[in-house]
Amino acid sequence: MEQVLQQIGIDQYIFLAILLFCIGAFGILYRRNAIVMFMSIEIMLNAANLLLVAFSNYHEDANGQVFVFFTMAVAAAEVAIGLAILVAIYRNIGSIDIDKLKNLKG
Amino acid sequence: MIEILFYILSAVTLGSAFLTILSKNPIHSAIWLVVCFFSVAGHYALLNSQFLAMVHIIVYSGAIMILMLFTIMLMNLNVSDEIAKPVVTKILATVCFCLIGFFLVSALAQNAPAIETYTTTGADFQSIQVLGKVLLNEFVVPFEMAAVLLLMAMIGAVLISKKEKKTT
Repeated sequence: MEQVLQQIGIDQYIFLAILLFCIGAFGILYRRNAIVMFMSIEIMLNAANLLLVAFSNYHEDANGQVFVFFTMAVAAAEVAIGLAILVAIYRNIGSIDIDKLKNLKG
Repeated sequence: MIEILFYILSAVTLGSAFLTILSKNPIHSAIWLVVCFFSVAGHYALLNSQFLAMVHIIVYSGAIMILMLFTIMLMNLNVSDEIAKPVVTKILATVCFCLIGFFLVSALAQNAPAIETYTTTGADFQSIQVLGKVLLNEFVVPFEMAAVLLLMAMIGAVLISKKEKKTT
């Protein structure tokens, strides 16, 4: 079984994860729709997961992949709570535009 | 062969991630995000982590995306609802994106690899058997904590989204 890391090296995976993370950060800054911002957070978490798996393969160590499971659990919990909060916000102000959330502004 | 596959998958991942953020309709964003998740699962399969690829498809492309699509359709969002951000914010976001990307890539481009020549020992380190042993021996306490976290998230989501009784 030929190994993918022998063929293309770990560098390419690191650069791919960096670009994916940057796209997620860009989405947080660029959009004002709260659901799309959640999707950007998911993209950033995926970039971190990809890097964990690549390094786990690089060192032939299963611990990195176990951390990916914990990241997935945290992401699932975050999405469940976040979407519940968004539904509550939508019921109250009729929009999920983050610029309209000015109640705590004082 | 495997290089071509990697570059195609990377292009799909990055392109669909961009389209997720740039498409106006939230439902289109969700669909592009599904494409992005599937290509990340393809990367995992390329790295021989079959179990992780399966879990990724089930959890992300299945559960999380269904949840998001339900929420989007529950709120009945339209494209016209979204007011465009001021141009200054968009330019600043793009500049930040370019700066972060340029800084990280240039910082890591010059580094020498920790292991000069990558060799495989051929040992089995990422089958379900090994992962289960690691998860339930070394990481059993975080594993239990993840269960508690998911239970709390479930109860919290139900409590938050419960309709309040109208007073007066």
